[in-house]
Amino acid sequence: MNEQSGGTKWIGMPVERLEDPPLVTGRGRFAGDINFPRQLHMRTDAARALPGVVAVWTAADITDVPPIDFREGPIEKLAPYRQPVLAIDRLRYVGEPVAAVFAHDPYVAEDAADLVTMEVEELPVLLDARDEPGEFSFGRDTEATILTQGYGDVEAVFKSAAHVVELKLTSGRHSGVPLECRGAIGRYDASRDVLELHGAAKVPHRNKELIARMLKRAPASVQCYESHVGGGFGIRGEIYPEDILVCVAAIRFERPVKWIEDRREHLIAANHSRNQHHHIKAACTDEGEILAIDDVIHHDNGAYVRTHATRVAMMTCGVLPGPYRVPGAYRAICHFRLTNKTPAATYRAPGRFETTFVRERLVDAIAHQLRLDPIHVRRLNAVRVDEMPFKRPLEALGEEIHFDSGDYHALLDITLNHVDWQNLNKELAARREQGEMVGVGLAMFVEKAGLGPADGVRIQVDTSGEIEVITGGASIGQGFETVMAQVAAECIGADMTKMRVTHGNTERIEHGIGAHASRATVMTASATRVAALKVREKALDIAAELMQSPVDTLDIVNGEVVIADRPGGPSMTLGAIAAALGPSSKARGDREPGLSAEGWFYTDHQVYPYGNHLAVVQVDPDTGGVKVLRYVVGYDIGRAINPTLVKGQIAGGFAQGLGGALMEEFTYNERGDPLAVTFADYLMPTVRETPDLEIILREDYPSPLNPLGIKGAGESGVNAVGAAIASAIDDAIGIPGAITVLPVTPQRLKAIIDGKR
Amino acid sequence: MSNKIDLTLNINGQDHAVSVEPRKTLVDAIREDCALTGTHIGCEHGVCGACTVIVGGEAVRSCLMFAVQAQGKPIRTVEGLASGKTLHPLQRSFMAHHGLQCGFCTPGFLMLAVNTLEKNPAIGDEELLDVLSSNLCRCTGYQNIILAVKAAREDMRTKEEAVAG
Repeated sequence: MNEQSGGTKWIGMPVERLEDPPLVTGRGRFAGDINFPRQLHMRTDAARALPGVVAVWTAADITDVPPIDFREGPIEKLAPYRQPVLAIDRLRYVGEPVAAVFAHDPYVAEDAADLVTMEVEELPVLLDARDEPGEFSFGRDTEATILTQGYGDVEAVFKSAAHVVELKLTSGRHSGVPLECRGAIGRYDASRDVLELHGAAKVPHRNKELIARMLKRAPASVQCYESHVGGGFGIRGEIYPEDILVCVAAIRFERPVKWIEDRREHLIAANHSRNQHHHIKAACTDEGEILAIDDVIHHDNGAYVRTHATRVAMMTCGVLPGPYRVPGAYRAICHFRLTNKTPAATYRAPGRFETTFVRERLVDAIAHQLRLDPIHVRRLNAVRVDEMPFKRPLEALGEEIHFDSGDYHALLDITLNHVDWQNLNKELAARREQGEMVGVGLAMFVEKAGLGPADGVRIQVDTSGEIEVITGGASIGQGFETVMAQVAAECIGADMTKMRVTHGNTERIEHGIGAHASRATVMTASATRVAALKVREKALDIAAELMQSPVDTLDIVNGEVVIADRPGGPSMTLGAIAAALGPSSKARGDREPGLSAEGWFYTDHQVYPYGNHLAVVQVDPDTGGVKVLRYVVGYDIGRAINPTLVKGQIAGGFAQGLGGALMEEFTYNERGDPLAVTFADYLMPTVRETPDLEIILREDYPSPLNPLGIKGAGESGVNAVGAAIASAIDDAIGIPGAITVLPVTPQRLKAIIDGKR
Repeated sequence: MSNKIDLTLNINGQDHAVSVEPRKTLVDAIREDCALTGTHIGCEHGVCGACTVIVGGEAVRSCLMFAVQAQGKPIRTVEGLASGKTLHPLQRSFMAHHGLQCGFCTPGFLMLAVNTLEKNPAIGDEELLDVLSSNLCRCTGYQNIILAVKAAREDMRTKEEAVAG
């Protein structure tokens, strides 16, 4: 009984979120809400003297500041392609910071920025990554590198294959676009020689290291503080020029410097994502077995290589085969190219939204070309449960891909049965007979989550009995505090609502992985469990002595140590135990002081949750508009710590995927001017465009790679939306393979439909 | 540009004497001059609705209004929804149904929904969806927001009936 509390169960319960009370009452503290006495306000742009303006900087004023470095450390080959903090000599995209204005008041800073004029000689722009690369700088062209992954003899398998299916596909440029724009407040405490960055997000510990490296400071003299974060999605929380500018300015002026991005800036300056062109071929048997895949990718990374380096492109090469076996050979060659557009990097399910679209389009094309049922082709090629764990000589985030567990066929059946697949197809066919353009599409996918190798958590109980879980994780709105509190509460035997979960504060804990790559629950919750079990053991150890009852008779229930089979008998609160373990407490004996423990979790491999998406759509032939009539996500998460939170992650991801599939696109005119600079041009789904979502959440295959069986939730909702919707539109308009470009805007679809008439 | 105007903003029943430039938006005045930062800025061009507050009984985008225009009209913000420690039914409902994730759009959605349900407690589902489609959320996929507002609609209706009965 002392391994596990007999008290309230928290893990797996759809409890309310710990985060909510301040957020629903207007007491949240987002970056824009943070103010310090004597602060200056920064605008980046291009300014002249105006009353209230303290300084105007250009690149010449910060020659001691290097370009923004890569998050994971220096990469020599890519170093020349890094973005300078302020543009030097050449402007490579509209939205590139040229000058920084510092003023007493944000309105004045903006006035001054408006007065900045530039003399710019316009050069030809490069806007399509498929075009011949141009010159980036002397001796370097805009193809920064070529990435490859693969196995087997591709030529040989293609030569002897019965069928070759070939497609050209494009994923458009869109991004996370959180509702809160970015913000950064630099502050320098000269009394302690500590530089502070407030408004940090996603990876505060990594950013502390990166800022220290760039500004040549000891990491201990740089601290990052995360406040409330209005949505992350991968794009927020990376180090951008503005983060460095406020830090440098805070040191130089010895005054706090605040910068809050506006929406127009956000849409042209924060990371874009997804823009890739694939020329893919599959070698197949008569039965539709995919023997080999050969893909040539042109990855449009925008104007510079930012903090992620080539992560999205490399991931693309590694994860493209998804759930399918592809036994013969595989080759992905990715031309990683720069264009005169906003730099690109990760956005929720990076490399997966794109490759699931490409791979599932390919499977549909194989089925069509070979006159086979697309579901049959998927079943035939999907890795079987008896092949698990399945190892593939490709890599994702530097690790060889090992699918840990799962039954892809069983989950496919669950999803198909949920919609009564045969009847649904008949119904839709009947409606098409009546002249309606309605159709269904399905896509399978494998996600990846929980990148290691290690994460640590410290839990401490104070003398009032309040439990603090101190993590190096980050909360970007996903319910991080709630999840950690649920795990800690259940493992200790305490009340989760009395927990305090700390995150994103580099001063409180030395290491941290933040919140990205669906890592938080897998890694940080697993470490929380280890620390919580240690706290429980320490509490029971001293309680046994103080309560004069053997350890194995004790339990901790709702924060109180009790004798398990004596209800109403003696008890001790965790607060009293924490006092008994105080450094000067005699009761402590020779035990280590404090009711606290550190827990580490280590893993060598990521976990691979999986699922499928199914869409039913209706196309308006007159406008090319697409209405999603029904959408189903089947997903095996291994274990859901809080099912309501998991479903929330899936629903939110789905809405973003829907935007990327049908509406959202960063477009440019022929001179490289961005055309999507407001929410009137960059269209995101509202309540009206987002249908009810049917989520089939399964816990059939807990991961064997962590004790709680967790697999990660954040990116499953977005992963296959483009794929499923493209397939459903094909079906609706009766043109197999019609959709080759995302997003399927009304203009694009109307042209396809009109072309058929 | 520093010709400031003295005015009084009445927010959640309390007068705030402020001195602002005529060009200062209502949302900036609420946040900076009245120190009520619960109202958020999401786009500053009237699309996202994160800055929605109730002015003179109407839900408005406070980024599209100047502070001087709100003089003399009662303003309600998210900070005024709860009475003491008792949350407004909509606040409670958003928590119960996970109608928020990052919470940035939440004050805007709350004020929009409060205004809508106060004006028309019996609002139908279709009309409600039309109203809610005026604000953007990037985290939830909206399902739980809709659930939360519908549940609060029932809750507020039941309470009204109880009071009336």
